[in-house]
Formats: sequence, structure tokens, C-alpha cells
Amino acid sequence: MAELTYRDAVARGIAQEMTRDPDVVFFGEDVAKAGGVFKTTIGLLEQFGPRRVRDTPISEQAILGAAMGAAMTGLKPIAEIMFSDFLAVCFDYIANEFPKARYMSNGQLKCPLVVRTGNGAGSRFGAQHSQSVENWAMMIPGLKVVAPSNPADVIGLMAAAVRDPDPVIFFEHKSLYAAKGEVPDGEIVDRLGTAKIVRPGKDATVLALALMMPRALEAAETLAQEHGIEVEVVDVRSLVPLDLATILSSVARTHRLFTVEENPRLCGWGAELASIAAEEAFYDLDGPVVRITTPHIPLPAADNLEDLALPSAPRIVDKIRRSLNA
Amino acid sequence: MAVAAKRKLKSRPDEPTEAEVSAEKLIDLYRRMLLIRRFEEKAGQMYGMGLIGGFCHLYIGEEAVVTGAMAAVELGDTVITAYRDHGHMLACGMDPKGVMAELTGRRTGYSKGKGGSMHMFSREKNFFGGHGIVGACVPLGTGLGFAHRYRGNSRVSLTFLGDGAMNQGQVYESFNMAALWKLPVVYIIENNRYGMGTSVSRSSASPNLYGRGEPFGIPGEQIDGMNVLAVMAAVQEAVEHARSGKGPFILEMLTYRYRGHSMSDPAKYRSKDEVSRMRQEHDPIDQVRKRLVDGGFADENRLKAIDNEVKAQITEAADFAQQSLEPDPSELWTDVYGEVEA
Ligand SMILES: Cc1ncc(C[n+]2csc(CCOP(=O)(O)OP(=O)(O)O)c2C)c(N)n1
Ligand SMILES: [Mg+2]
Repeated sequence: MAELTYRDAVARGIAQEMTRDPDVVFFGEDVAKAGGVFKTTIGLLEQFGPRRVRDTPISEQAILGAAMGAAMTGLKPIAEIMFSDFLAVCFDYIANEFPKARYMSNGQLKCPLVVRTGNGAGSRFGAQHSQSVENWAMMIPGLKVVAPSNPADVIGLMAAAVRDPDPVIFFEHKSLYAAKGEVPDGEIVDRLGTAKIVRPGKDATVLALALMMPRALEAAETLAQEHGIEVEVVDVRSLVPLDLATILSSVARTHRLFTVEENPRLCGWGAELASIAAEEAFYDLDGPVVRITTPHIPLPAADNLEDLALPSAPRIVDKIRRSLNA
Repeated sequence: MAVAAKRKLKSRPDEPTEAEVSAEKLIDLYRRMLLIRRFEEKAGQMYGMGLIGGFCHLYIGEEAVVTGAMAAVELGDTVITAYRDHGHMLACGMDPKGVMAELTGRRTGYSKGKGGSMHMFSREKNFFGGHGIVGACVPLGTGLGFAHRYRGNSRVSLTFLGDGAMNQGQVYESFNMAALWKLPVVYIIENNRYGMGTSVSRSSASPNLYGRGEPFGIPGEQIDGMNVLAVMAAVQEAVEHARSGKGPFILEMLTYRYRGHSMSDPAKYRSKDEVSRMRQEHDPIDQVRKRLVDGGFADENRLKAIDNEVKAQITEAADFAQQSLEPDPSELWTDVYGEVEA
């Protein structure tokens, strides 16, 4: 065991896979010589050399298109899109190319690539550099989508994503890069499509991911200490595939469901979960599914407004307490 | 039909054609550049004190580009750029108080604190932003040119972009469309040699950015962007070309940013020597100062007085930006959608 930052876990995860498989290549803007704008990829150029770790021009379409071109031949590119907002700049590949290749080619073409990207708010970057867009990726059939909340998951899910035969959009949270966590020694390989019960509880199920995990856990602690409410906090981790077994069995035990989402409200990932719960867990539920989200607005730059926009621990506590009438 | 525009490519940073200006105009250019420099120094300082958050891309070293360009246009011409935008706003005549207050995220800022450093606008001053996505302002500037042409109002669109942005695909889509439709757009490339930590030589297969419109028949010139009079002359010529209906023009301004890309920049991609050489030998403001003094156009007292006036203006802006209130929480919900007009 060693303590590692989420940031360093990114480099370790990539290095683990590059060491294992010479078909893994890594490229993006300022990822090699500078070690990444968020310092997530320091040392990779030195370790694996410029043939496998490359700086690209500021050309997101070419980055993702070339990643797919290489992937169709069996290479396993990891491409970085610096901020997840910029996925919109190269969305054709995300929406029309990656996810359709296998289907349209009768399974002949594969697209075993990973797009890593810095997602989420918290740094006052404003409307074009702060968005949580995991729901953009979730809505497209053919993509897999993960969003880890801690360093060990970063490594394990990175390994799973690289080894996966399909395109995976890997959302790292910018405001978690400095967060630390215990990480086991040696190779770490996790599984896509697995949620984790991080804090057990009997009164309600709370689903969260990425930056909303520490906030949900903080809220759970307050609810327990101050209000005698024991919520079960589930780290969803993987939106596609989705671990319905874990989520629905938790709901069957707690009879209430809350989601804590950083993405804007309309068509956020929790809307899909609420819909699934309504269809599949209706008789388990003792009350409506409640979503705690960022409002359906562009994100503001000002400190006070950005803080207000995102779900905070107090807002989560308040909403859960009121909903449970406690 | 073949594109009629005459092909013209020129690289002449060492033998500039300079605008002919009066002593008063030169003093005015000096003051305008100094305003940007002092504003940016103050912004950097306030960032260091935690009064500004998010990104803060300073324009220090590049002042001659936007100052010379704005001296060459007419009222009503439009300006658009990316996120290194404070200098452009000041050059467009926007109030330093409102710009600084936006940086500190206050309700008196140009976007009430909701835009931040990278996203500010002034319809009144024909400044169309302030855009955080690299390359995005290029098609937008092309569209501004389209609107000018459509309205037949002889306005020109000044569209600024970086050397790094030159590798975005939409730049070439825009060049083609602007040439095809003969749009009055002057694309001004601020080649400060780096896009974040990547030098032009590491990102561009062909380093002559001014020649990248050639396949579309767009004339291009490379200019010493540290010489405000050379910039002014080049933009005058390009704007005249665009205004007279001949279509777009590309100007590559060779310039240099002294500070980091944004506020946290380890600066390992270039040497301290390189930076100090540029500062000492090519500083755009020092160059004009020297001309003013050597030419006897302004003595030290006059220049000192200007320095003090500019300083006072910046102090006022900084005080205003710190004393203004944060935006009201209800602002979270305003301007998401417009009202339907009856
Ligand atoms: C589409 C997109 N890709 C990447 C970025 C991140 N980024 C911001 S500034 C920048 C460098 C741009 O360099 P250049 O165009 O030369 O402008 P400069 O900062 O030098 O003024 C990059 C890569 C972005 N904002 N948008
Ligand atoms: Mg640049």
C-alpha cells in the first residue's frame, strides 16, 4: 500500500498498461514534454520514449480521428482531450465514428481506444472549461463511460478501459487531481460496469460519482451524526456498462433513491437511473426518486456562483433530510 | 470561376513599412500600450493575492499587436479573439474597471462575473469576445465578416488567433469560405512562438503561418509584431483590401509573451535567456518610448506624467474590482434564455 494522488494515479495507470502491452500508445496536447497541463502524465515520455508518448498540435479532430485509425488496426491508443468541454470540438468521432465502427462493419472493425479527459468544475474556469459532460458520452450507443472518484479506481479502471475491446471515455475530475488515497502495490486491474458500495446504510441509497463522491460521503456523515439517518453511498464509477445489480439491490434494501450529479439537470445520468428505478424498482420504493444536480445552466466563473451551482454537502444533507421528512 | 485575388505573400519582419503618424498619435499609442501592460501586471499581482481565480492569460509583451491593429481600423469594425483577451478589450475602448471587476468575479464586471477572464463582450464597442475554445473565434469572425458584407456596411472583421490555433481544422474551413465569398475579414495571427508549452516548430509542419491561406488565394504577410507602427501599417493595408471588397487577408504578427501561458506555467519549454533577450531588445513599449525621447517628441516629464495617469487609472480599476460586490445569487439563472419578443 502507498498513498498516491489521483493525479499520479493517472500516470501510474497509463504506465502499467504501456509496460504490459507495446500496442498501447499515448498522445495529446502538451502531454509528453510538459507532462500534461494538469501534471497527470509526468515521466511517461522519459519512460516510454517519443515513439509511444507524443505531443500533438492543437487539433482535437485529428487526435481522435487518428486514434481511431490506429485502433482499427489493433493498436490501443490512449488519447487525451485536455478539458472534457473540448469533446464537443471533436464530437464527430465520439458520436459517429468510434461507437459505430463495430456495428456497421459486421464486427470486423474494432475500436479499442481510451479517451481520457479532465471533467468538471471547481476551479472558476467558467462556462467553457468547467462542464461535467459524462452524460454527453452516456447517451451514445456503443461507447463505454467511466468516471473514477479515487486514485485506486483511476488505475484499476484505466487498466480495464485499455484492455476493453471498445471505445471508453474516461472522465477524470479536475478537482480531484490533488486528492490522495491508498493504492495497493503491484498491478491493479478493475472491471468496467461495477459500482461500489462505499458506505453501507439502511435508510436510503445515494448514487454519486467522481467529485460528487466525497461530497456525498461528507453528507452521509452529517446525516448520521446529526440526524440519525443512515444512507448507503454507492460510487457508480461506470455509467456504461451500468451495474444495475448493485444499484437495484441497494434500493431493495433501503427503499429510497437519491442521485447526486454534477452534470446539468436535463438528461443528466441520474434521469436515466430514475427512469430505470421507476420501471424496475417501483414496488421497492417508498417515495419518489430525488435528483440533486447542478441546475440546467451554463457554469458561471464567479466564486460564489460556481459554489452555488454545484451540489454541495449541505445541499445534499438538506435535500435528503427534507425528502425523508426527518 | 478562378479566384481573382492577386496572390501575394510577403515576409518582411526585418524591413518594416511603418505607419506615418504624428507625434501626438505616437504618444497616444504609447499610452494605450502602457495601459495594457500596467493592467496586466496588476491582474497578475491580484491573481497572486488570490483576488482572481480560474485562468488569467496575460498579454504582456504582445501589446503592439492589438494596439497597432486598432489604430488602423474605423469605428464600427468588429473585433473577436480567443481567451488572451484583456488587451483587446482595453484596445477596443472597454473600461478597465469593468474588465478588472470581471476578473475578480464581481457584479460590476462586463459579464456580471459570470464570464470570467476568458469570456467578456461589449456590443457597444463591437468586441465580440473572449472565447475559451482554441480556434472557435475564427469561424465566428468569419461570420462577422459575412454579416458586414450582407449588410453592405463596409465594416471589417478583425479576427485574432494564436499560432497554436492555426492547427485547428476550422481555421481552414473559414479561410476557404471567406475567400470563396470574398468576406471582409482580416485574420491576425498572434504568433508568440508557443501554444502553451509547445513551440511552433514542434507543432507546425510548415512554419510560415502567413502562407497558409495561399491555396485559397488569400494574401498573407509576416510582420514584426513588436513594432506598433509596422503593425499599424500592415493592418491599414489589409483592412483597405478587405473593405474594398477584395476578400480576406492574413497577417502573421511575430510577437512574444513574456509571462507564462496562464498563471501556473513551469516555463520549462524556453530559457530565461530567451525571455530576457526579447524583453531587452524588442520590447514594444520601450521601442516607442525611445523614439519619443530620441525624436524629441516627448521629454521625460511628459512620459512620467503619462505613466502616472495610467497608474492612477489602473489603481482605480483595481480598487473598483475589489470593492464591488459579488454577483447576486439570482444571477445564476439570468441570461440562460432570452425573452420571446411579442
Ligand atoms: C479546442 C481547445 N483545445 C485546447 C485548448 C487548451 N488550450 C488553451 S490555450 C492553448 C494554447 C493556444 O496557443 P495559441 O493559439 O498559440 O495562443 P496563445 O495562448 O499563445 O495566445 C491550449 C492548447 C482549448 N482551450 N481549446
Ligand atoms: Mg501562441
